[in-house]
Amino acid sequence: MDSKYEVVIGLEVHVQLTTNTKIFCGCSKDFGQEPNSQTCPVCLGLPGALPVLNKQVVEYAIKTGLATNHSITPRSIFARKNYFYPDLPKGYQISQFELPICQHGWLDIETEESGKKRIGITRIHMEEDAGKLIHTDGNSSAVDLNRACTPLLEIVSEPDMRSAEEAIAYLKQLHQIVTYLGVCDGNMEEGSFRCDANVSIRPWGQEEFGTRAELKNLNSFRFIKQAIEYEVERQIDVIEDGGKVVQETRLFDPDSGVTRSMRGKEEAHDYRYFPDPDLVPLVVSEDWVERVRAELPELPAAKIRRYSEQLGLSEYDAGVISAERPTADYFDALVTLYPNAKICANWVMGEVSRALNENAIAIADCPVTPELLAGVLGRIEDNTISGKIAKTVFEEIWSSGGSKTADQVIEEKGLKQVSDTGAIEAILNEIIAANQGQFEELKGGKDKLMGFFVGQVMKASKGKANPAMVNELMQKKLAE
Amino acid sequence: MKITQQDVEHVARLARLTLEPQELEMMTGQMDAILGYVDKLNELDTEGIEPTAHAVPMSNAFRADEKKSSIGIERALQNAPERDGSCYKVPKVIE
Repeated sequence: MDSKYEVVIGLEVHVQLTTNTKIFCGCSKDFGQEPNSQTCPVCLGLPGALPVLNKQVVEYAIKTGLATNHSITPRSIFARKNYFYPDLPKGYQISQFELPICQHGWLDIETEESGKKRIGITRIHMEEDAGKLIHTDGNSSAVDLNRACTPLLEIVSEPDMRSAEEAIAYLKQLHQIVTYLGVCDGNMEEGSFRCDANVSIRPWGQEEFGTRAELKNLNSFRFIKQAIEYEVERQIDVIEDGGKVVQETRLFDPDSGVTRSMRGKEEAHDYRYFPDPDLVPLVVSEDWVERVRAELPELPAAKIRRYSEQLGLSEYDAGVISAERPTADYFDALVTLYPNAKICANWVMGEVSRALNENAIAIADCPVTPELLAGVLGRIEDNTISGKIAKTVFEEIWSSGGSKTADQVIEEKGLKQVSDTGAIEAILNEIIAANQGQFEELKGGKDKLMGFFVGQVMKASKGKANPAMVNELMQKKLAE
Repeated sequence: MKITQQDVEHVARLARLTLEPQELEMMTGQMDAILGYVDKLNELDTEGIEPTAHAVPMSNAFRADEKKSSIGIERALQNAPERDGSCYKVPKVIE
């Protein structure tokens, strides 16, 4: 990247909420349904239909605002944003303008390049989504209004980010928070979490911002990074060639990795916002805010702190386990039942993850529940089974669909560890007899062969011999 | 308050209206008269008075997040001039 210029990035994120119904009517808002099957006079914008605010949307907005350090506006209003587009049936979008529900928030991010940094968030407001325009061949487009009136939060950052890396760190954290809160499913491909990036450059030391371009169609973290990096290079080229960056909307094309000017939408926007007379003001009392605050779940940053400081996990492990809420929930449940955090973490990141990946199952549906896994771990601890056999027990519980406990599997399959000296010694004698040559070499000081003998005994006992005891007996044999 | 022809042209463009020159002139006069009349309100001293978005002193009209049945595709499309399967068909808008 050219070091003559400083990059300035601000982000607008649209978060689709996980409510059952739309923001101003009772229609479903499920993704992928037959076009226009989820519509009614309100979301079709038919004359005379009146919007009524979904209370859950307000709850989610407050939740998100508190989790991102905003102050909640005691009295906010809805406004009409006027423009014409075929996916907007009323000719205006109901949004918030002067008095958004959340103001002045922030998030702390961390990147390798610039370390810890606080990113300001200007505001969060509630609004309705538009419908979907399907561009078919020929001279027409098709309009599906199922998505019209779907509740959105628009989260607008300050122009505080200085690289694509910082932008991604901010977005990933925001994504993690809204999914932790359960207010958004986070599915970027389906458009549940969408991002527009305002990108500009300025010579180092210049106070004034450069002219910005607004980048759209960024539906994955990878595309966002690519688009920003391409756009910065493009703007540098324009300026270096003696040109001027124009303020415009540019569409990212993932196939070619470039951004292209969206001509046709160039017309200066004049939204003529005014208070929507159909919706009364929204008053959020302090009690309401405090109730929502009390119900906030433990957020990722707090979890990482607790896992590393109180439970003694490494920062890395704490980060992996807290990355997604269902994993953290599983771990929390497990560690309550079996309070050895390190062992729990190893199992969650090891066997549990492996089995889930292989079977493409979400952790919330894991057949080996935290209760069942804690049962397995307890049997390792009391020496009923070895760590190796524990994996077999885990597999068995898994294939029973979680209908069997560790104790049942151990009993049925006869997996109990053999700690009977006589039995182990008998096996050991057979193996020494069959491998006399190696035994002499071991006696002669070739220590590497120790592992071979222990391994053979474990194999002959199908893993059930107590490894510590095998070692002990071997030592005795060597001393004989 | 003085509404110019440029103002009217701008508003007409935003509203996707094409006005004939004599209409433009007529509208400019009418809009100027209307806004001039409303402008009388500016004679009042509103210092320290909160802007009023609604005439009725009401707040927080909510509905619960409960599903209601939709009206169905056929009824949704019954007034559409043209349809394309279960979608509304409109003139092409982009590029």
